Amino acid sequence: QDSQEKETVAPERAEEAKLKAKYPNLGQKPGGSDFLMKRLQKGQKYFDSGDYNMAKAKMKNKQLPSAGPDKNLVTGDHIPTPQDLPQRKSSLVTSKLAG
Amino acid sequence: FPGAGGGNDIQWCFSQVKGAVDDDVAEADIISTVEFNHSGELLATGDKGGRVVIFQQEQENKTQSHSRGEYNVYSTFQSHEPEFDYLKSLEIEEKINKIRWLPQKNAAQFLLSTNDKTIKLWKISERDKRPEGYNLKEEDGRYRDPTTVTTLRVPVFRPMDLMVEASPRRIFANAHTYHINSISINSDYETYLSADDLRINLWHLEITDRSFNIVDIKPANMEELTEVITAAEFHPNSCNTFVYSSSKGTIRLCDMRASALCDRHSKLFEEPEDPSNRSFFSEIISSISDVKFSHSGRYMMTRDYLSVKIWDLNMENRPVETYQVHEYLRSKLCSLYENDCIFDKFECCWNGSDRQVLIVMTGSYNNFFRMFDRNTKRDITLEASRENNKPRTVLKPRKVCASGKRKKDEISVDSLDFNKKILHTAWHPKENIIAVATTNNLYIFQDKMN
Repeated sequence: QDSQEKETVAPERAEEAKLKAKYPNLGQKPGGSDFLMKRLQKGQKYFDSGDYNMAKAKMKNKQLPSAGPDKNLVTGDHIPTPQDLPQRKSSLVTSKLAG
Repeated sequence: FPGAGGGNDIQWCFSQVKGAVDDDVAEADIISTVEFNHSGELLATGDKGGRVVIFQQEQENKTQSHSRGEYNVYSTFQSHEPEFDYLKSLEIEEKINKIRWLPQKNAAQFLLSTNDKTIKLWKISERDKRPEGYNLKEEDGRYRDPTTVTTLRVPVFRPMDLMVEASPRRIFANAHTYHINSISINSDYETYLSADDLRINLWHLEITDRSFNIVDIKPANMEELTEVITAAEFHPNSCNTFVYSSSKGTIRLCDMRASALCDRHSKLFEEPEDPSNRSFFSEIISSISDVKFSHSGRYMMTRDYLSVKIWDLNMENRPVETYQVHEYLRSKLCSLYENDCIFDKFECCWNGSDRQVLIVMTGSYNNFFRMFDRNTKRDITLEASRENNKPRTVLKPRKVCASGKRKKDEISVDSLDFNKKILHTAWHPKENIIAVATTNNLYIFQDKMN
């Protein structure tokens, strides 16, 4: 039982060492407050007027992108301007499961 | 199937696959929930685009004894739309997190579907006749000039092509500050619970403007937050009992008769951990992603990242059985953390209500799914793939080679495709038919009928 547990723990500890080697600033408690707070804040999209105006200024010199921007990127070039927003969400199309 | 032994005695065959063939998957097409209704005649799926598709099993063809009825599209509708809460600057996804069917009481079918914030009760009804012969209206709906009406007739119902209509009958909104992960209908068939990260609410199916908070684990100071609610379910027989699981691998059983606010559990199920075995990943992989009562209500099953555990409700200090789903991933946790796969939420399910047979099923990566037979203690790995789609050909078991020399037909851990995840599976309540969802396809498998 003990030796079996050691075998199963060793890979986990080795993986932990690998992760800490890559990210030395990684916090001690992954299940702790910061991580959970991030989970609770999913979907939060604050408006940043600075970024918005920067993006508008850049748009004047560029061609407007044809599709909606990546939802995950919320700074700089990727702030949606009213012209960028897609007219219809793709989900209003029938599911392919029903096809 | 009288006297059948177990999971490995069931010979699973491909039956159907639904969805697009192309590899370029639109986000909206990602399947997010799969659920059979109580009779198994209907199979519902929800997707990231907020759509629900319901399939209906064909009536069994008595002459075609080699297969059970196929599932064909019955109804499809847009359940939820994307929303933006301007007050909180919160984008609300339309993704359907869960669907739960109500037992059938009349001709119509009812289901609850939920996204992160709002639960809806949908009525699905059939219309196969329509009234004809109005006096004041033409057949196309235009009104007739009353002065041209010279005789009266009685409108009659005439048959029409079957139309299946879905209409939202109740909208249960504004009761969740955090993201809803579970809904569960009570055995009284009048109430249901909805659970988000920090709170659980009790609703009456008829009442939308009020809900009772029955669990609240939000700390007074959010800095003290250490765990969140990950899943919740009502007991199948005791209408006062429910359980909820946490991100720390615990399950709490609560009795609503004890107090209005069930913050103090009646039972706490937790497997003790050897502190010397603890690593950075321990808590993350112990987080329970799904909890399901057995049909009898005597046991419950939990799914964490690497295993499935069966708990006896009478024993809180450890599970009675633990099944390793993909133990070989323990030595890949670093990269699984980096690509976020370690946070994937796998569900699990019990076989249908045959008491002789006790099998549990759950998904894994590379479009593999696993079954564990509690009687024989044997397990099997199968793959949902279009390459295996010859009806009535038994699926070949798969094997992952954890280390060392890879045998022929085995697949090595490093070759697994972590983008091909099976998170959602469902087992027909009465027959050996299973529905397995890959990213954007729905597979239906049946056991080989002799």
